[in-house]
Amino acid sequence: MSEAIQFLPPRDSVMSRRAAIVTDLAELLPPECLVHEARELVPFETDAFVSYRRLPLAVALPKTTAQVAAVLKYCHRYGVPVVPRGAGTSLSGGAIPQEDAVVLCLSKMARILELDYANRTATVQAGVTNLSISEAVGTDGFFYAPDPSSQLACTIGGNIGMNSGGAHCLKYGVTTNNLLGVKMVLVDGAVIELGGKHLDASGYDLLGLICGSEGQLGIVTEATVRLIAKPEGARPVLFGFEASEAAGACVADIIASGIIPVAIEFMDKPAIEICEAFAHAGYPLDVAALLIVEVEGSEAEMDAMLQSIVEIARRHQVKTVRECQSATEAALIWKGRKSAFGATGRIADYICMDGTVPLSKLSYVLNKTAEIVESFGLRVANVFHAGDGNMHPLILFNANDPADAAKAEAAGNEILKLCVDAGGCLTGEHGVGIEKRDLMRHQYSEVDLHQQMAVRAAFDEGWIMNPSKVFPLDGRA
Amino acid sequence: MLTPHTEADAAYVIRTAATDGKTLGLCGGNTRAGFGNVTETAETVSSRALSGIVDYDPAEMVVTARSGTPLAEIEAALAANRQMLAFEPMDHRGIMGTGGEPTIGGVFAANVSGPRRFVSGAARDSLLGIRFINGKGEVIRAGGRVMKNVTGLDLVKLLAGSHGTLGFLTEVTFRVLPVPQTAETIVISGLDDAGAAKAMAAALALPVEVSGAAHLPQTVRHRFLSGSLPDGEATVLRLEGLAASVSVRSEKLAAVMQAFGPIARLDADESRTLWQEIRDVHPYADNSQKPLWRVSVAPSAGHQLVAALRLEAGVDAFYDWQGGLIWMRMEADPEAELLRRFIRALGGGHATLVRASATVRTQCPAFEPQPDAVAQLSARVKQKLDPGGIFSPGKMG
Repeated sequence: MSEAIQFLPPRDSVMSRRAAIVTDLAELLPPECLVHEARELVPFETDAFVSYRRLPLAVALPKTTAQVAAVLKYCHRYGVPVVPRGAGTSLSGGAIPQEDAVVLCLSKMARILELDYANRTATVQAGVTNLSISEAVGTDGFFYAPDPSSQLACTIGGNIGMNSGGAHCLKYGVTTNNLLGVKMVLVDGAVIELGGKHLDASGYDLLGLICGSEGQLGIVTEATVRLIAKPEGARPVLFGFEASEAAGACVADIIASGIIPVAIEFMDKPAIEICEAFAHAGYPLDVAALLIVEVEGSEAEMDAMLQSIVEIARRHQVKTVRECQSATEAALIWKGRKSAFGATGRIADYICMDGTVPLSKLSYVLNKTAEIVESFGLRVANVFHAGDGNMHPLILFNANDPADAAKAEAAGNEILKLCVDAGGCLTGEHGVGIEKRDLMRHQYSEVDLHQQMAVRAAFDEGWIMNPSKVFPLDGRA
Repeated sequence: MLTPHTEADAAYVIRTAATDGKTLGLCGGNTRAGFGNVTETAETVSSRALSGIVDYDPAEMVVTARSGTPLAEIEAALAANRQMLAFEPMDHRGIMGTGGEPTIGGVFAANVSGPRRFVSGAARDSLLGIRFINGKGEVIRAGGRVMKNVTGLDLVKLLAGSHGTLGFLTEVTFRVLPVPQTAETIVISGLDDAGAAKAMAAALALPVEVSGAAHLPQTVRHRFLSGSLPDGEATVLRLEGLAASVSVRSEKLAAVMQAFGPIARLDADESRTLWQEIRDVHPYADNSQKPLWRVSVAPSAGHQLVAALRLEAGVDAFYDWQGGLIWMRMEADPEAELLRRFIRALGGGHATLVRASATVRTQCPAFEPQPDAVAQLSARVKQKLDPGGIFSPGKMG
């Protein structure tokens, strides 16, 4: 377990009343909705950012908005920190608890409440998984667009907390662009509704502020999201380039041409080798960079778009072009890419970075990233969504060696600073959490951060909502 | 009117006003003067002298501009590179009877979006980063210049649509998109409001990427394309993209839509004009002060709302956004209470009084009143950005 990132010290006022707090919570929740035995708390001690863990005071698993409100009202009254949790798939430690916190886990609120095709909306409870929405509406010809790679497990509530993206966001946007309304509980237990099936806010865009607020402004219990008519088909093409610069320039030209592919995925040489060894997808091993570009539509539309895309790639000295004639060939092209994280995990431990950079800086940042990681004596593989500049360098290390782990963390921090310095940001879709919290001053000035914290205080004056996250612990108002 | 030439000057003006407890109205070109509740401020600060494109690399499709840059200048620079603002900002001068030059800062401060909004997002969805001055005179930077960014609280969304009540925008960074190679509009004639709602819902359920869906009833039809739309009510559906793709999708859409009524097609030029006229609410750019509402409800509720109102008041209306955006001109009284009661009964939404006589405007709240808990929260948020309450107090409620 790493120790470099600090948590807020547990509040004495809470720790001294542990037993009483559990007794009080038991009054507010049915027995099956409260977990407080140490052994049962273990599954909640961390999330997908596994190098840090803390056992919470208790876990509340409410079934209704009223129960969420009762717990929040109680915690607010007694100054008990609250850590919201969906499925616990956060890669930035957004759902990691602290010793004095009650985890409010929405996993029991997992019902789809309404599918309204005339208005193309789905209204769901916050604990519904991302993928289950698309599954529920798929046979009727619709889908929900944001598709983070954890979509099988991650919840809509968590997606709203982190403003999650995914491979399709180049064309369809991220969560905030697809969220129409929420029901949420404020820290004092008040239940409010923002938005609905209509578009835009009538006053301040509080919905836009809530989205991506990492559980610091309240707890979303229900959401209304936008559904989109499912395209007739999708087809990828694979390109191999001898230089990553050529691949980067090709991405920029595709985007600028007016064609909006549904995905543009980039893999560098180490990633190609790792994936090919694992998946035998037939990737070319004599290239420095590989692009998978996918388009959607009818057969005729896809033919037209792919023809234009191949022409653009040829202008950038593409070495390998693999078009596919069948679903089997398409699946093979994706097989390697989709197994990237699993395949990497088989050869080493890794941490996944999430900075975003302007498209024109892709090649520069890739080269610099390689230099940084090499300087720490480690290896890096790059697999990422190139169309939107969201990089995901995987830094390979040995988790059993504390020195190696510290080096990986340090290299990661250097890479994120590089992204900011190149005109980008610390995190494109994983969130700040605890992981990037102490780098916030690299992106924002003190006055910028204070303004954000002041707005935060309009929702939670006493810092009880997910308090160890997002904002550096020192210098808080 | 004060027109600071630098961000530092603007910050000084605001800091001084905050110290003196002097209220300020904030604007760009002031083409939306009269929007919101009537407020009295000691002074007005305009961004019009903070002008010019700071950075535009067409390959990145991201623009940074000072907030007072004329919208026309931005659109010309984009057009030269065959790019555009995806959210099609409307020009309010026609319906509001104002003059002046719309600015890019004003577009974002009012979150002004047009017909493509229901597929491409609102102005706020294209806005990536801002610099603004808060009510204490501090320069704040929020967001950035990349599309995917979840670093910290999204103050960018909060400032978009805050109508100059939370901060003075000095610089905006936004995403642009390529201009579609071509466009085509399918016109279905003769549908009543309810039938049009059904047809538009059916069109949006097809995988043909409709990027505009409006219904123009008989009373307004002749005001579009100089009266050259086919006879009868016009339900119009726009397709955009590569020529080869548009023609395929057009066949598919027409094949389904012909069950609803006779079909006609408009070419790219006619499409451009039509959707611009819809965007700018052409029928009600009528030099009158008749109350004009902009109503946003669920698409299927739009025609029900208008039908219910018609039983009790003189209403003329047309629909955009698949029926969910209603432009509604009242014959006499604004009927605010009636309208807002019906909106609540039909599942919620909001009505904004965009235009009315001076007397009506002093009596009728321009924005949809919010439930207490939301109103209090909004007031606290305002207090955190503008502690002294110097920016247009009362403009948004």
